[in-house]
Amino acid sequence: MMVQPIPVPEDSINATPALDVQGLSVEFPTRRGVLKAIDDVSMQIAPGEILGVVGESGAGKSITGLAVLGLLEHPGRIAQGAIHVGGRRVDTLTEAELTKVRGREMGAIFQDPLTALNPLFTVGKQLVETIRLHTGMSKTEAEGRALELLRSVGIPAPEERLRQYPHQFSGGMRQRVVIALALAAGPRLIIADEPTTALDVSIQAQITALLRKLCDETGVGIMLVTHDMGVIAETADRVCVMYSGRVVESGPVGDVIHNPQHPYTKGLMAAIPSLHDRVEVLSQIDGSMPRLNARPSGCAFHPRCPHAGPKCSAQKPLLQKVGTTSAACWLQQGGTQ
Amino acid sequence: MLAFIIKRLANAVFVMLSVTFLAFVIFRFVGDPVDQMLNEQATQEQRDDLRERLGLDKPFLVQFTTFVGRAATGDFGISFRNQRDVLDMIAERFPATFELVLVATFISLIVGVPMGVITAIKRQSWYAETMQFTSIIGISLPSFVVGIGLILVFSVWLGWFPAFGRGDTVDLGWWTTGLLSHSGRMSIVLPALSLSLFQITLVMRLVRAEMLEVLRSDFIKFARARGIPARSIHFRHALRNCLMPVVTMTAMQIGGLIAFALVTETVFQWPGMGLLFIQAVTFVDVPIMAAYLCIVALIFVVLNAIVDMTYAVIDPRLRGAEK
Repeated sequence: MMVQPIPVPEDSINATPALDVQGLSVEFPTRRGVLKAIDDVSMQIAPGEILGVVGESGAGKSITGLAVLGLLEHPGRIAQGAIHVGGRRVDTLTEAELTKVRGREMGAIFQDPLTALNPLFTVGKQLVETIRLHTGMSKTEAEGRALELLRSVGIPAPEERLRQYPHQFSGGMRQRVVIALALAAGPRLIIADEPTTALDVSIQAQITALLRKLCDETGVGIMLVTHDMGVIAETADRVCVMYSGRVVESGPVGDVIHNPQHPYTKGLMAAIPSLHDRVEVLSQIDGSMPRLNARPSGCAFHPRCPHAGPKCSAQKPLLQKVGTTSAACWLQQGGTQ
Repeated sequence: MLAFIIKRLANAVFVMLSVTFLAFVIFRFVGDPVDQMLNEQATQEQRDDLRERLGLDKPFLVQFTTFVGRAATGDFGISFRNQRDVLDMIAERFPATFELVLVATFISLIVGVPMGVITAIKRQSWYAETMQFTSIIGISLPSFVVGIGLILVFSVWLGWFPAFGRGDTVDLGWWTTGLLSHSGRMSIVLPALSLSLFQITLVMRLVRAEMLEVLRSDFIKFARARGIPARSIHFRHALRNCLMPVVTMTAMQIGGLIAFALVTETVFQWPGMGLLFIQAVTFVDVPIMAAYLCIVALIFVVLNAIVDMTYAVIDPRLRGAEK
């Protein structure tokens, strides 16, 4: 907490990234020692850009999102690194200061829309509450904005819907309300943690299309956390592949999908079932991701990697540019020997 | 909706009938009221005569149906001992008990709910720990000890409040209240406090447990992500979601307190129904006991109905078919 915020040139809003994470590490002190959930993760999101963060469960995707929001659950803590949202450093803020940034500068969308809304308040009340809190609008103005928001997320008959309770909405409609709430104060960044996982497939496409549309219209940056490569392929501009608390590959979404560099990304891509080629057995990556307290030395993926060499278990590879993408793998950095 | 009401009513009638039946059966075994009413020199003829006048010579089922039929019209008969209308006697005593219970419940909510919230959100702090610890004392002290202790400190040593009785009462025609006179208000403080001590603990622990549960839920996490300040999260968003069990418990406790304020009423010589019941038990005054049980059962049935309606007020999901 002694680190001074890095001054960010504020010549124009567009030059300032919506999110800038540098060297972030998150730790969970436990009785058996300190567990590193996230280890030296960096990522940037430009305004109007969707960054897909993908990986298996436990890779640290959600923890990264929660760390940005300052909502890490006790005893989790940010051990290293800096997080800037819209040019403002947020990881050093006190809880009281964070309360003013959350909802205003950054919004959140969580996995389960059925439980994200308070069941005892009307949708309108929850919207108006959030809008007034961050903008100081009068009640009538806020109601007007609430209407506008519901309309922009594609909810039919918004005047009626404002007076209804969450249980009167379907899952997909509720997720739209959640998105409207995240957008309420016009934030620069939205952390969307598995926003479509709990929804029907047909609704999933609608929600991702909506996110894409809002992103283009309002210039908000979105961190789209998911384990679904299909969602990323359709929606994101760039993608970050995480494995065991580290970013193993990142780059423009098309390049990463069609020309993955890291063996883990290759495995992920091969595991996506295709409609065109009929196969008898679905491809999978053997083994499972290591637990936090038993992370292998060197590259954490080496026990499962078909190309692993002696160097992989000895030394951690760093993220380095390979053509248009970056990968953290010795294969591209002088071999595994 | 209509079906619901009818089902509810049928339910209530069934409960009332069962209670009446149980009461009637049990009271046949508490002793022969005739023995209590006549002296030892009474002849067998006098005994039979009284038995006949009271209807005690009839078969059990006939006695029961007669009783139910009369009770339904509010006629619980004449007290064996006082030779007065039972309903009048209970109506006389009911306001005292009801006011006592109401004030005690009010105190327990006013004190217990905030304490529950505080102990839930400041779990590690020294004052939360202190409240948690003190509440164990509150829950384990028998109520007569608390009553006597309060009398000792506040009436005997400090002389702030009267030690017994109800003070002056104001007759409103259908209700006699002690809350409108100064001495009445002073008199109710100690018994209400003694009665509420256990309730405070109960409410506090219930609210605490519910709060801890609700604070873990997704919509609280999402509310924080929306930037809602902690104070509003705790008292607006979380507390309201804790209210259902609190309402249920409070209502059931009101019923329980009305029925079993016996100890407190005895300690403070509070002229309520509890005291009447104790006296009735001593003299095997079956009509009073039976009427008392029926009224207590009725109170529970009514409270239950109120609780169900309150649910709908608190939780929109329970408001029937409203689209």
